[in-house]
Amino acid sequence: MFNNEMKLEFISKSSNEAFARIAVAAFASQLDPTIEELADIKTAVSEAVTNSIIHGYDKKQGVVKISAWLKNNEIIIEISDKGKGIENIEQAKEPLYTTKPNLERSGMGFTIMESFMDKMNVESVIGLGTKITMSKIIKPKIENDEDEFKMLMTTNS
Amino acid sequence: METEFFEKDKLLVLKITDEIDEHSVQKIRRRADYEMERYMPKKIVFDFDSVTFMDSAGIGLIIGRYKFANMIGAKICMRNLTGSVRRIFDMSGILKLIPVV
Ligand SMILES: Nc1ncnc2c1ncn2[C@@H]1O[C@H](COP(=O)(O)OP(=O)(O)OP(=O)(O)O)[C@@H](O)[C@H]1O
Ligand SMILES: [Mg+2]
Repeated sequence: MFNNEMKLEFISKSSNEAFARIAVAAFASQLDPTIEELADIKTAVSEAVTNSIIHGYDKKQGVVKISAWLKNNEIIIEISDKGKGIENIEQAKEPLYTTKPNLERSGMGFTIMESFMDKMNVESVIGLGTKITMSKIIKPKIENDEDEFKMLMTTNS
Repeated sequence: METEFFEKDKLLVLKITDEIDEHSVQKIRRRADYEMERYMPKKIVFDFDSVTFMDSAGIGLIIGRYKFANMIGAKICMRNLTGSVRRIFDMSGILKLIPVV
């Protein structure tokens, strides 16, 4: 069913954010994404991981888990924590909504994940944790090569 | 971050050279505030030319510096916004507040 799968676990330190997004991007590169598609994935991963670290676990230490799957030309990414959970998911997803305005947060994390990925889903239980699932279709580039090949063939004959 | 101050115009250019996320933003914020206090500029330009990655932490960073600049009577603007940096600032609505030059 899936063409490939990976799992990653790390403790909730913000110094792991760069590592997490680069690891997922390296995995996604098997689908031959454009630089822009790769940047979208990196940004969305960074948003979800940061949320787990600063909201989910706050100042406590915990584990952030990432699973990712490649299915045909789609990447599916799941990012979860066992932190404090979200009380009102609909409200949390609203642009500019943040529970930490004093820490220079802008409340745009979920909005960015939604617009940089094709799909985004939030599951959360108070006291148990939060799981973000998102996916993105990487547009295949092989067709262009085929077109080019056909063109070459016709001009040659 | 690279800084340049032009005394004649009281212009401070802050060129961000790191990736901007929750981890790195703390250092960038401290350094920017330090430079702003040190030079007391009238105008501040944030240059994003060397920024290879930015997430929502960048929005908070700029809103925070905007408030700080107001406090010291300076105006801020941004330059060289490209790719996803541009899209993130577009989405946030802060371009209505802070001009891009
Ligand atoms: N993993 C999580 N655990 C607990 N609460 C969360 C989690 N993720 C998000 N939240 C809640 O949802 C709110 C909105 O999240 P969002 O990422 O959109 O904004 P933010 O993190 O506050 O600010 P920004 O991402 O722009 O820096 C957060 O302020 C927080 O209250
Ligand atoms: Mg966030």
